[in-house]
Amino acid sequence: MHIAEGYLPPVHAAAWGVASAPFVIHGVRALTREVRANPESTLLLGASGAFTFVLSALKIPSVTGSCSHPTGTGLGAILFRPPIMAVLGTITLLFQALLLAHGGLTTLGANVFSMAIVGPWAGFAVYALLRRSGVPLMVGVFFGAFVADLSTYCVTSVQLALAFPDPGSGVVGALAKFGGIFALTQIPLAVSEGLLTVLVMRLLVQSSKGELTRLGVLLQGGAEKEAAVR
Amino acid sequence: MSRNAKINTLLLAIVAALAALPLALGLGDHKEEPFTGADGEAETAITEIAPDYEPWFAPLYEPPSGEVESALFALQAALGAGVLAYYFGLRKGRRQGEARAAAAGDGRAPGSGSAGAAGSVGSGA
Repeated sequence: MHIAEGYLPPVHAAAWGVASAPFVIHGVRALTREVRANPESTLLLGASGAFTFVLSALKIPSVTGSCSHPTGTGLGAILFRPPIMAVLGTITLLFQALLLAHGGLTTLGANVFSMAIVGPWAGFAVYALLRRSGVPLMVGVFFGAFVADLSTYCVTSVQLALAFPDPGSGVVGALAKFGGIFALTQIPLAVSEGLLTVLVMRLLVQSSKGELTRLGVLLQGGAEKEAAVR
Repeated sequence: MSRNAKINTLLLAIVAALAALPLALGLGDHKEEPFTGADGEAETAITEIAPDYEPWFAPLYEPPSGEVESALFALQAALGAGVLAYYFGLRKGRRQGEARAAAAGDGRAPGSGSAGAAGSVGSGA
């Protein structure tokens, strides 16, 4: 989904960079605070980043006859809150831009905005809302990850439509075009990402109950039904 | 297989099916080159909308071939999977160790428990 190197006009590239920078800086602070306060969470932070690494390397065929990849940002956003995910997502994007010529340095700001900021925030918002209305943990996790994935690609479509409005139908026409390429392709992949995130969360509930309780994902005392899953 | 393992396997099977179905149903057949990357399609769309647009910056490093590129993608996935496996392996080992320690503790518990109780009674008296 990453916008390729050089494919955003300089003004757009700079604007997205400026928009993203505060989120990433705030995220670095949140990350240092978390690691200082809870050194033992470093391992789970690493695992959350690793999940993004795996998922964003998987190019999966989709219904539109093209391939795309999930983002894996929903998990970290649910576990550690979106600011920290902004950092983990940026690291992944840098790796892909520098070593794989996937995405790019000039488009890093735009890609960080879609994958490491909007995706995690949208996913976390949906997760938090569902949880507050009493939905079971795993249902919240599924829709959180689903929305984190899909919203990322919707933002990418908007970013490209703003930079390349259709000569005839303008931004809206271009949005339909890019949305058809990205968002439509992404729907089954977002379902896959939701299911994989549920899988990892199930393994975490099994293996790291204490950590999840400390992070507020599981309620204190394990009164919840999901907490009893073994 | 436990109920838990069954659910996890089912989740993986659905993900695999979601990836394999578009291929099996031939959903890319209408295309000249089926199942290319969506990113590449976006680049094509850009050149359709703005034929004069020239990318103004090139990647600092570009994998010299498709093989090297897929090797690097595989490396990325392997790094991620390795860290995840390390995490869950470590957790499992710790839990097993704790369980074993608890079991060993339980074995001695009756004796030490009564001794402790006797001690506390003794010190109380």
